[in-house]
Amino acid sequence: MSRVRLLVGTRKGAFVLTSDGTRDDWNVEGPLFAGWEMYHLKASPVDPGRLYASQSTGWHGQVVQRSDDGGKTWEPVGNEFAYDGVPGTHQWYDGTQHPWEFARVWHLEPSLTDLDTVFAGVEDAALFRSVDGGQTWQELSGLRDHPTGAQWQPGAGGLCLHTILIHPDDPQRMFVAISAAGAFRTDDGGETWRPINRGLRSGELPDEDREVGHCVHRIAMNPSRPDVLFMQKHWDVMRSDDAGESWHEVSGNLPSDFGFPIAVHPHEPDTVYVVPIKSDSEHVPPDAKLRVYRSRTGGNEWEALTDGLPQSHCYVNVLRDAMSVDDLDPGGVYFGTTGGQVYASPDGGDKWTAIVRDLPAVLSVEAQTLP
Amino acid sequence: MIRVILPQHLRTLAGVDGEVSLDDQEQPTQRTVLDALEASYPALRGTIRDHGTAKRRDFIRFFACGQDITLDSADDPLPEEVASGAEPFRVVGAMAGG
Repeated sequence: MSRVRLLVGTRKGAFVLTSDGTRDDWNVEGPLFAGWEMYHLKASPVDPGRLYASQSTGWHGQVVQRSDDGGKTWEPVGNEFAYDGVPGTHQWYDGTQHPWEFARVWHLEPSLTDLDTVFAGVEDAALFRSVDGGQTWQELSGLRDHPTGAQWQPGAGGLCLHTILIHPDDPQRMFVAISAAGAFRTDDGGETWRPINRGLRSGELPDEDREVGHCVHRIAMNPSRPDVLFMQKHWDVMRSDDAGESWHEVSGNLPSDFGFPIAVHPHEPDTVYVVPIKSDSEHVPPDAKLRVYRSRTGGNEWEALTDGLPQSHCYVNVLRDAMSVDDLDPGGVYFGTTGGQVYASPDGGDKWTAIVRDLPAVLSVEAQTLP
Repeated sequence: MIRVILPQHLRTLAGVDGEVSLDDQEQPTQRTVLDALEASYPALRGTIRDHGTAKRRDFIRFFACGQDITLDSADDPLPEEVASGAEPFRVVGAMAGG
């Protein structure tokens, strides 16, 4: 029977939660890298034993860890993220120009086909690639060198590249998203990029449908239909049916269309999950009820999923990388909160159970289906 | 022998317990000690000083013989007690926050 491994990054270390295919009983290991901020951990689809982890603190900066045995042992690999050439400047919060400065790795995305190739999305926003298992990193500077780069401005969490989606059928095509620049696509393996933000409207901007400047929080796809993308923007849940060429809003009947994560069911490409949050100024669930909303129609029509989730006095947030799905049948959905709970639903969201309740604030959750 | 005491997170990262011992140097400085430390423990590269510029990270301090020598020139000779191994060179994570 297949198993599931959840790789959980928190403010104070990483945790590994494992279960058999029933997903009823869970083993909790950790903390790994205790005391460090673990922004993201992810496994290679090529070899389930190969894991990458982004580890950082304000004191000691960035470390990247790699495991080749499914997380039993780890080794630090390369942590030098040097921007290509003279980095130049981007726009700062006050509208002045500010030098590009590396802060941390937000997201690690292993190649779908090559064990030693892995991508890193970093703050200040850039995309790096390693082809030697994380030992060395090279910037794919065609992204940051886009003519709009000097206009990119940080969101409240920094100017971070947080989403990397690799097209499963066309290895030359990738999507990334940057807060608060927007979404970008390459069709030549990362050499050149262009903004794909047509249809996004952000009322915070003087020109609300400009080419860049949108605070995209997360993009998700189902690999069986990779040119259909779903986006949780700062405000608005959006959908593209043409690989990002255009977007239309599918917020529909959500109680709030602000939020951070978005995920697509592993086997039902029109089943989408979001976690509405009251507002950008409060960052808590509407009505103090933690509700996952599921659409089975590719957006617009949403139902609240509440069974097993706290429906009073709940003031946690769910961050952008903290929701994931497994590949089992029925498909499982998982998310972690800033209150330290990790919830699992082995039945696609109908019922939820807290695997753990008192971890440090959860930054990321990645579900890995094991043979 | 030159002795170096690392903060807990860096001891874990380097995979060492207690002090680190480095080979004798004729006239050790902050720079030469840190160069030798990073050569012996590559995992520490970038965690005390930035890659490339070798600029000290903001929340790192250096102590020797009970004195804060953080702001001394990286090329000043360290005290004789550090050169002889009588006293350690201490890398300290500065206290920050509430």
